[in-house]
Amino acid sequence: MTARTVRRQLTSRVMTALVVLLSFIAVLALVLILADLIVKGASSIDWAFFTKSPVPAGEPGGGVANAIVGTGIIVGLAALIGVPVGVGAGIYLAEYGSGRLGFLVRFVADVLNGTPSIVIGIVAWTFLVRPAGRFSALAGSVALAILMIPMLSRTTEEMVRLVPHSLREAALALGYPRWRTSLKIVVRTAMTGIVTGCLVGIARVAGETAPLLFTALGNLNFSLNVTHPMQTLSLQIYVYATGPFDEWHRMAWASALVLMGLVLIISLVARWVTRQRYGSVR
Amino acid sequence: MTTLPLEPLPPPLEQTTPSAEPRWRGLRSVNRSDRIYRRVLTALALVLPALLVVILAVLFINALPAIGRFGPAFLWSSTWDPVAEVYGTAPMLFGTLASSLLALLIAVPLSLGVAIFLTEFAPRWLRQPVAFLVELLAAIPSVVYGLWGVFVLIPFLRSFVVPPLKSVLGWTPFFQGVFYGNSLLAGGIILAIMIVPYIAAVSREVLLAVPTSQREAALAMGATRWEAVRSAVLPYGRAGLIGAIILGLGRALGETMAVTMVIGNRHDISVSVFQPAYTMAAAIANEFSEATTNMYLSALFEVGLLLFVLTVVVNAVARILIWRVARGAAVGSKAL
Repeated sequence: MTARTVRRQLTSRVMTALVVLLSFIAVLALVLILADLIVKGASSIDWAFFTKSPVPAGEPGGGVANAIVGTGIIVGLAALIGVPVGVGAGIYLAEYGSGRLGFLVRFVADVLNGTPSIVIGIVAWTFLVRPAGRFSALAGSVALAILMIPMLSRTTEEMVRLVPHSLREAALALGYPRWRTSLKIVVRTAMTGIVTGCLVGIARVAGETAPLLFTALGNLNFSLNVTHPMQTLSLQIYVYATGPFDEWHRMAWASALVLMGLVLIISLVARWVTRQRYGSVR
Repeated sequence: MTTLPLEPLPPPLEQTTPSAEPRWRGLRSVNRSDRIYRRVLTALALVLPALLVVILAVLFINALPAIGRFGPAFLWSSTWDPVAEVYGTAPMLFGTLASSLLALLIAVPLSLGVAIFLTEFAPRWLRQPVAFLVELLAAIPSVVYGLWGVFVLIPFLRSFVVPPLKSVLGWTPFFQGVFYGNSLLAGGIILAIMIVPYIAAVSREVLLAVPTSQREAALAMGATRWEAVRSAVLPYGRAGLIGAIILGLGRALGETMAVTMVIGNRHDISVSVFQPAYTMAAAIANEFSEATTNMYLSALFEVGLLLFVLTVVVNAVARILIWRVARGAAVGSKAL
C-alpha cells in the first residue's frame, strides 16, 4: 500500500469515528434529559400529586390534579376542532391534490408547520380573549387546534397515498360511487395511519406552553369551565420553574416527568400501532 | 334507422408516477354526492391558506399604530421604553438571530453527523433505534427543555464550560464579561439540542433519497467509504441538506419557552455569549400580558408580525430546497 492509500483509508476511518461520536452525543443529550427528569421528578410523585390541587406557596403537599385534568380538557377540545379539519384537508390533498390548489395547500401546510406557536397564541387572543374580556380554556384549545391542522393534513395525506390504487379500482368497478370508495375503502384502509398521525399531533400540542400563555392563562384552582382560565401541566411547569421556592422547583420536575410520560406514552402507542399495521415504515 | 351517437373520445390518461397522480381524472363525476364530498374536502383544505391570510391580517392590523408611529426605525432603534412609549426592536432582532445562528453552529455538525451515520455507516439493526431516539428529542416539550436548562445546563456551564472558555478565548470579544447564567450561550445550546432532531430527520430523508447507484459508482471507482459519501452522496443531496438546515433555523427563530427561561431577557446588544440577550418570541411571551397601553400592545404585535414573516420566508425557502430533492414528499412530517 502506498502512503497515499494509507492516508485515504485513515481519513475514512477517522470520519466514520467522528460521525459515530456525533450520533452518540445526540443520543446522550436525550438520555441525560430523561435521566434528570426521572432522578429529580420521581421522588415527588405520590398519590396526592395526582389527586390534589396546588396549595399556597410555602406550604408542603398539594398536587397538580387541576393541571392534569386541564391538559386533558384543553387538548381534547383542540383535537375535536383540529382533527376533522386536518384530516379532511389531508384526504383532499391525497385524493384531489394534484392541481394548483393542492400545491398551494401543501406548501402553506409545510410553511405553517414551522410558525412560532406564540404568534398563534396572540392571534387566538385577538379573536377569543379580547372580545370576551377574559381568558378562557376554549381560546387555548383553538390555538392548539390551529397548530395541529397543518401537521395532521400532511401526515394524513401521506397515509392515504400509501393505499394501493388497485383497491380503488376494484371498488369503482363494482359500481361504488366515488365518495363511498374514498371514505369506505381508501380512508378506512388508511385509518390506522391516520389515527397514528392524530396521536402524534396530539402528543405534540400537549406539551405546548407558548400559545396558552395569553389564552388559557393558567389557574391555581380546580376548574372544569372552558370559558374560564384553566391550568395545564405545561403552564404549571413554567410557573413553578420560574418561581423562587424550592418546593415549587420540586413540583416543576415532577410535573415535567408526568407531562413527558404522557407525551412519550402517546408517541410510543402511535409508533407501535404503525408498526403493527405497516411493518417498519421507513 | 338510428345510429349510435359517437361519444367524443376521453382524453388519454397521462402517464406519470402513480403516487403523484390525480385519482379520478378521466372519470368525470356524474354523481351529486360525489360533488358534495369533493366540495366539503376542498373547503377543509382551504382552511389552511385562509389561516395564513388571517394570521397575517390580524398581526398587520394590530401592528398598524406602531408601524405608523415608528416607521422603519422600529427595526434599528434599540430603545424599548414602555413609559416613554418609544419602541425599537434592534436588541430583539439581534438576540433572535444571534441565538439561532449559535444554535445552528452547534446543531449542524451534530445532526449531519447523525444523518450520515444513519444512512451510510450504521449497521442495519442500529438504524431504527438510533433514529427513534434522536427523534424523541423532538417530543420533549419546550418548557421541559427550559426547566432542564435552568436547573441542569446553566449550573453545568458555570462550573465546567465557562472557566476553560474564558481562560483560552477570554481575549476575544465573544467571551467577555461575567457569566451570570442566563445568557446567549445557554439559549444557543438549548436551541441547538431542540433543533437537532428536525435537521437530522430531514437530512436523513434527503440522504435516503440519493440513489444507491451514486454510492456504488464512487465505490466502484476505488473511493473509500468516506470519499463516496463526500464526493457522491453529499453533493447530490446538497440542496436538500441546506433546506434541512434552514428549516432548523426557522424552528430556532420562533422557539419561545425554553429560550425565554434561559436567555436572560435583557434589551441589550452584546456580542459576548456570556451576556443576557432577548429574542422576539421571548419579548412577546414576557410582556404581552403587561402591555397596558395600546401602543405597547401594537409594538408587540409588530414584533409578532416581524417574527411571523421572518419564519414564513425562512420556511418557504427551506421547503423549496427540500422539494427539489424529494419532490412533494412530506419530508420530516414523520419526525415525532
